[in-house]
Amino acid sequence: MTNEVILQVKDLRTYFTVDEGLVKAVDGVSFDLHKGETLGIVGESGSGKSVTNLSIINLIPMPPGKIAGGQVLFHGKDLLTLPQAEIRQIRGNKISMIFQDPMTSLNPFLKVSTQMIETIVLHQKLDKDAAKQKAIEMLKLAGIPAPEKRIDQYPHQFSGGMRQRVMIAMSLSCNPEILIADEPTSALDVTIQAQILEIMQELTKRLGTAVILITHSLGVVAGMCDTLCVMYAGRIVERGPTDVIFENPKHPYTQGLIRSVPRLDMENSQRLYSIQGQPPNVIDLPDCCPFYPRCEKAMDICKKKYPTTANFEQGRAVSCWLYSGAKDE
Amino acid sequence: MSKYIIRRALSLIPTMFIIVTLSFFLVRFAPGGPFSSEKKVTEQVLQNLLKKYHMDEPLGKQYLRYLGDVLRGDFGPSFRYRDSTVNQLISQTLPNSMLLGSIALSMALFAGISVGIISALKQNRWQDYLAMSFAVVGISIPLFVIGPILQLILGLKLRWLPISGWITSRDGLKTLILPALTLSFPYFAYIARLSRASILEVLRSDYVRTARAKGLSERVVIGKHVLKGGLLPVVSYLGPAFSGIITGSLVVESVFAIPGIGRVFVQSALNRDYTLIMGEVIMYSLILVTMNFVVDIVYGFLDPRISYK
Repeated sequence: MTNEVILQVKDLRTYFTVDEGLVKAVDGVSFDLHKGETLGIVGESGSGKSVTNLSIINLIPMPPGKIAGGQVLFHGKDLLTLPQAEIRQIRGNKISMIFQDPMTSLNPFLKVSTQMIETIVLHQKLDKDAAKQKAIEMLKLAGIPAPEKRIDQYPHQFSGGMRQRVMIAMSLSCNPEILIADEPTSALDVTIQAQILEIMQELTKRLGTAVILITHSLGVVAGMCDTLCVMYAGRIVERGPTDVIFENPKHPYTQGLIRSVPRLDMENSQRLYSIQGQPPNVIDLPDCCPFYPRCEKAMDICKKKYPTTANFEQGRAVSCWLYSGAKDE
Repeated sequence: MSKYIIRRALSLIPTMFIIVTLSFFLVRFAPGGPFSSEKKVTEQVLQNLLKKYHMDEPLGKQYLRYLGDVLRGDFGPSFRYRDSTVNQLISQTLPNSMLLGSIALSMALFAGISVGIISALKQNRWQDYLAMSFAVVGISIPLFVIGPILQLILGLKLRWLPISGWITSRDGLKTLILPALTLSFPYFAYIARLSRASILEVLRSDYVRTARAKGLSERVVIGKHVLKGGLLPVVSYLGPAFSGIITGSLVVESVFAIPGIGRVFVQSALNRDYTLIMGEVIMYSLILVTMNFVVDIVYGFLDPRISYK
């Protein structure tokens, strides 16, 4: 990991208009991604993790979605204002994605070879035979046995874990600078999860690809990520180096999340901690701290205003009134 | 695969047998008979008539005799059109209906799929609303209204097309246009709605998102990734649609004076023309089961997830 920033997300806001009102799925998210870095984004379902990343490559369905503000700077170019033709040259090429459900993310009507070759031919300007060789090589790297045979099969002839390997091979086939992995293991068996993460980590390290890993599993984050962003109700509530956050979580939500992870050294009789309450309904959310109804340290000010961000050493940032000097008011 | 096709083809035989048996007895049990609306004939004449058509025999024996005839491809004499056999009647009218139906269905397919794709891609915009209102109109207005309206406007007012007749007449192939247009209308509307709905579903699927995330152009995404899955439901609809449309339409044939099988079918039922009804039912079922069979096979080629063993 070097210090060169390749992707800068600045105050990104993605809203959806639904019948019930305005959903601020992503509301002012900012982070930097460095070359070769692995950045984890954790949060509950509906916290805006996936929408953040679909916004980065401008794949939000519009309407009902709308990018209401912010910038996504990739080598200084704002991806949000780039013309379609130009962003298409970045998608799948410089920035590629792996999705959650490998069972539905591959086209069931097309052979794996067709789906892999079309990406390689499109971005690498290789002819079909060379592209096929490249695809076979990628499948081999992703740990698929007998890739020269399997490449001509259809997705339904692969198991879930194998399909995710195909997705990984496909998404890395153009040596992208950034790989966005949206819950790549959530739909897989636990035993397969570890293998897939290992392969992903190994390949991205080898290719020097930066990774944005979206997950709701803190275990995955702890094992893989250099930096961590914790999202809640469309905003990043805490950000910093993974090991530092795990050691000393500052935001009450992060503290709650870490306490909710089962531990091997726990007594059998001990109840597993869980954060009380439900994630908020994000439709027409008022400008308070959305976590205050569930927060054990809630104060009066939390109901009135969203906290400002407090910065700490090592690039840590926390959005909570506990650190924003609310006591002064 | 070939094993599956053979087995599937053989299974058509019992299906057809059941259809023949059921319809034979259903027709016989309907009240009235082929000679019941004749002017009064003497008992002796009636007896002779019944004897001529073997209707004095017990029903079981008649059934076996009929089955034997059908196996030899002979549907027997028509009870009503005394100088024609059922085979002649069908072979005179069915090809006309098939010609008209095939043209109408091709038009409906082409227009329906195009409109379906456009509406799906322009969902909730004016193109979509226009196309879908048109489709609702197509489904809800009966053919006996659409037909005469087309005749009135395109035939009588603008004088572009002949209002009736058949290809053997002076106007030739032009006579096909209006009836085919009329007949295709409800099929067009249905296909448009069907393809719109299923393309919309595919557009929202994960694999289309993957295709877009790979940087493919919208044209490739639609043409290569969306259409194949999106049009499968249309393929399964083709079986019943084809057999329905080529076996004629009483309304269109009456409105445009077309010598098709639809009118013969309805007349035969009203006349209790036993052999003619049976002949038509058998032809219709044969076309239907064959078409479904063909669609099944085609489906297997289109959808790699289906394997025939």
